[in-house]
Amino acid sequence: MNFEQVEKIIDRHQEKRTALISILHEIQDHYNHLPEKALRKVASRLKMDLNDVYGVATFYKSFSLLPKGKHSVTVCLGTACHVRGGQKILKELKKQLNIEPGQTTPDKEYSLNAVNCLGVCAIGPVMFVDGKFYGEMNPLKARKVLETINNNKRKSGGKS
Amino acid sequence: MNKINSVSDLKRWKKDIGKKQKQFKTIVSVCGGTGCHAYGCKKVRDQFAKVIKKDKVGKKIRLRFTGCRGLCERGPIVTIQPQGIFYQRVQEKDVPLILSETVKKGKILSHLLYDDSVTKRKVTSEKKIPFYKAQNRLVLGNNGLIEPTSIEDYIGIGGYSALSKALFHMRPEQIVDEVKASGLRGRGGAGFPTGKKWEDCRKTSGDTKYIICNCDEGDPGAYMDRSLLEGNPHSVIEGMIIGAYAIEGTHGYIYVRHEYPLACKNAETAIKQARKAGLLGKNVLGSDFSFDVEIAKGGGAFVCGESTALIASIEGRVGEPRSKQIHLVEQGLLGKPTNLNNVETWANVPLIINKGSKWFSSIGTEKSKGTKIFSLVGKVKNTGLVEVPMGITLKEIIFDIGGGQQDGRKIKAVQTGGPSGGCIPASLFDLPVDFDSLTDVGSMMGSGGMIVMDEGTCMVDVAKYFVHFLQEESCGKCLPCREGLKRMGEILDRITEGKADGESLALLEELAEVVKDTSLCGLGKTAPNPVLSALGYFRPEFEAHIYQKRCPAAVCTPLIQYSISENDCIGCGACAKVCPTQAIKGEKKQSHFILAELCSKCGSCMDVCKVGAVMVQ
Repeated sequence: MNFEQVEKIIDRHQEKRTALISILHEIQDHYNHLPEKALRKVASRLKMDLNDVYGVATFYKSFSLLPKGKHSVTVCLGTACHVRGGQKILKELKKQLNIEPGQTTPDKEYSLNAVNCLGVCAIGPVMFVDGKFYGEMNPLKARKVLETINNNKRKSGGKS
Repeated sequence: MNKINSVSDLKRWKKDIGKKQKQFKTIVSVCGGTGCHAYGCKKVRDQFAKVIKKDKVGKKIRLRFTGCRGLCERGPIVTIQPQGIFYQRVQEKDVPLILSETVKKGKILSHLLYDDSVTKRKVTSEKKIPFYKAQNRLVLGNNGLIEPTSIEDYIGIGGYSALSKALFHMRPEQIVDEVKASGLRGRGGAGFPTGKKWEDCRKTSGDTKYIICNCDEGDPGAYMDRSLLEGNPHSVIEGMIIGAYAIEGTHGYIYVRHEYPLACKNAETAIKQARKAGLLGKNVLGSDFSFDVEIAKGGGAFVCGESTALIASIEGRVGEPRSKQIHLVEQGLLGKPTNLNNVETWANVPLIINKGSKWFSSIGTEKSKGTKIFSLVGKVKNTGLVEVPMGITLKEIIFDIGGGQQDGRKIKAVQTGGPSGGCIPASLFDLPVDFDSLTDVGSMMGSGGMIVMDEGTCMVDVAKYFVHFLQEESCGKCLPCREGLKRMGEILDRITEGKADGESLALLEELAEVVKDTSLCGLGKTAPNPVLSALGYFRPEFEAHIYQKRCPAAVCTPLIQYSISENDCIGCGACAKVCPTQAIKGEKKQSHFILAELCSKCGSCMDVCKVGAVMVQ
């Protein structure tokens, strides 16, 4: 594994410990997860105990030590989405993808996440797929969003 | 953009901007709030840009991509100035028509206007829409007048003039006194007097003092801080610089949730612009005062909204709160005196400095001054962000602004204060909304989430939802919160599954009191509120689950059953098509029926039935 990127990220934040969470976010954005070797590098450059870095990487929900899928599917379970049926959307997606929230499909295509509020409460229930918000969802619409991704993939010959 | 080194530089810059903006005959503003983004506002904006560029008149049209305008449910929203025309649900295809008819000929396109369901009339301007009429958008209103990524727009509407007044015409103590006199209280939830906090922090001696803006808006159902930081980041930064000058702060952090990427981006851009203009950094506006701000990102932990946990998070540690025996104003970030306020609180500061504490304190009630932004969401017709003067009644917010019930079901409660608050029943809707009244009825102001619930919402399910939410978000440091919430959740699970007995409620109440009394931080101390308030106002619903094994709102799956009305079913087969478990049988054009043993109770059939033949009880 090439760590040039990790070094660059740490340089950009001037090895500041107050930037630890931002550093981890940027590493995760680049590698799709937090590789162990990257965490070791961060610990040594920030002069921190690896235990502490590991603690932070596992305490905060945004971080994952395992590689995430190509497509990220997030369901909002905030109060506004909850009273408008957010659970039904999650149930449908769990069934479609055959995984639990926090997991990734075996073919590494999809990761399913359930979060406590995406802050788009006015148009709930909301799901957030590959950087795009989908409002006023119902199980049927949710299934269609996944079908569209699959169809696009087929069209582009599996490359997505 | 040149560096501004004096008050006269700032004034000149504002004048130049004013001149530049006068060239434009028309301003087309497309809302770029997150709600409108979900409805495709980016495409609408791009289309405007494309068509305007092609057209020669384009030079006279200013296209603005603003922050959230509030009426998210009707997005994408487009307004046209100076006529003040308000178009809603605008699509890409409407763009050429808006430009050729409205902008060029002044003709109004009635199909894009807001339809007032009460008067059955089309409304042309924003001010006349009932949703906006009763509001007083002091803080949020500027979102519509500026592009968040343009410092020129902000300067153009008088931005940073409060800072210049504070730096050159007021002494730091005077600023603290002004904020104290205004009666401003913390908008993050607890309502601590802002001026008092500033005074305490100012009194603490130290070479280094930190100023923090809390934008870890974790309360589910609330998004006003997001919309402010996304839509008007300079107002928050200006408030922070004024605060820093008053307290002698040396360095600032804006702590933003990782879930709000646009807020991070816009705040970062604004910081860079302010630095370049000499409004941040060494010798702000050419004065002796120096101050800088940077962004700190969260990692998806609700508890980090708590001030001591937030500080731990900025320090690069696990977000666990600590006891507050020593206040942050004495020992906060990195052991230094720290002043932490919420986004909305900071955004109120420039207003107070500009217009004076007398003006500010004339708005609101005796103990709660100014306005408050609420996110009015859930089972109400007009959902979105509303800014109202303190003291307005819940009824006015939910019915006059919100338009009342959404789909024929009666509204029965409103939840305020997020997981720390409670549910207020409809019988108390005449209550004035301010910090103290909400606390008196067992809820709280919180950061401003207002989730409306109707007869289709089960209050036991809502209580269970909050307990599970908090159980998951508990950092696990103290036992009452970690274990108590888990057990409370188990009791509520049993109630909603129809497995609870008569003693459950007493045990639940006892546990709730213990968690409330003995937890370490605000999260645990307030965690039982949703349960206790639901038990107080909606006890019969809990009892129906326990004794009759029935969920009156038909939400708790183990206690409900779906069926199809023989008389109403037209046999279209739509329900059978969507049923994921093939539990619906019936011939075409014949009445259908549900096989109870196969039914997964997902409710899909009910969603698709056009004649309302699917029943649940």
